[in-house]
Amino acid sequence: MTINHDAIDGIIVEDDMEFSFGELSHICAVNAEWIISLVEEGILEPMNITSKQWRFSGACLRRVQVIQRLQKDLGVNLAGAALALQLLEEVEILRTRLSIIKSSDIG
Amino acid sequence: MEFKDYYNILGIKRDATQDDIKRAYRKLARKYHPDVSKEPDAENRFKEIGEAYEVLKDPEKRAAYDQLGCSWKSGQEFQPPPGWNQGFEFHGGGFTQADASKFSNFFEALFGSRFTANRKNRDYGFNVRGEDTHAKIFINLEDAYHGATRAITLQHTEIGSDGRPQIKERTLNVRIPKGIRQGQLIRLVGQGSPGVGQSRAGDLYLEVAFQPHPFYKVEGKDVFLELPVTPWEAALGTTIKAPTPAGIVDLKIPPGSQSGRKLRLKERGIPGHPPGDLYIILQIILPSADSEQARMLYREMEQKLAFNPRARLGV
Repeated sequence: MTINHDAIDGIIVEDDMEFSFGELSHICAVNAEWIISLVEEGILEPMNITSKQWRFSGACLRRVQVIQRLQKDLGVNLAGAALALQLLEEVEILRTRLSIIKSSDIG
Repeated sequence: MEFKDYYNILGIKRDATQDDIKRAYRKLARKYHPDVSKEPDAENRFKEIGEAYEVLKDPEKRAAYDQLGCSWKSGQEFQPPPGWNQGFEFHGGGFTQADASKFSNFFEALFGSRFTANRKNRDYGFNVRGEDTHAKIFINLEDAYHGATRAITLQHTEIGSDGRPQIKERTLNVRIPKGIRQGQLIRLVGQGSPGVGQSRAGDLYLEVAFQPHPFYKVEGKDVFLELPVTPWEAALGTTIKAPTPAGIVDLKIPPGSQSGRKLRLKERGIPGHPPGDLYIILQIILPSADSEQARMLYREMEQKLAFNPRARLGV
């Protein structure tokens, strides 16, 4: 590895970050009402749902972004995007399993 | 600049109705959406489809495009005919959703860049934190084990002094943290769009994808490896060398192992709290019977071992 003093430190969002309500809506450039609708749809779960100051785990960011893109690009509604997201996550796992099985077939 | 056959891109005939165009676009958009498709060029295909639809869904632009005639072929060297586009007046509003700055030179030559020119040029007149930006980065599995520094080149559009968007490039050295996993986001503080006024810049988010590895497969934090073994290693048990992303290890094969047996090397997957595991899947490889010696040994087994692998099937 080359030592580079100018390198910028990356932070793993999923492991090392949490977001407040405001931070999440700022990063995704969406309004707070829309984030609330994601929580109501069960797409996002605040870590402390009973509290008044919702905090979101780092993993929520990517979910919000995928939902946003699916809605904007494909014109699906929120329930449809939520279903797509859930199926995509399942497909991702199945694809990995399949690639493990496939590699043993070829060998 | 290359000619783009928008009809061909959407897989429709030149006399397709507006409904046909919409249907074709929707179908292809679902297929090639970068969040849905895992095809390597999905992102480019998706952009191309979007660009084609942007033109063909709008009767004004479609009519203008059709003026070019149907003798052009995709990829052919193209210059717009002189005076082209003069008689057309395009009405605004068609560009509210698409980010036209991502479209091709071909598109820009036909429809101009005026549709895009006022993006990011908003004058807030007060302090606003810069926008957060997003990009993708490809890394190797080994980088997740050890951490790494990677140079990433990003392109973005800036409005030049002549008011036209220009593609600018910048290169960042990014320290990839150890323990990163497929699909996770890396945040680079202050590397997004510059802030307005006194305010700080936005952040840059990099979505991590692993380059496919020739023999390791990754699922979350866990790593899988197919390890070829000989029949006698599997049958008798032994200790052999096995590669792992963190280096070679001595691996104990238990006697009586069958092909497909999974051995777990605890906490040798991607590092973290807790770390993932490494699974080694044994794959028994038969020596080929390509010499008299080998054939003799197989025949000897046939005679001396009372072995019927199909006993359970009743034959």
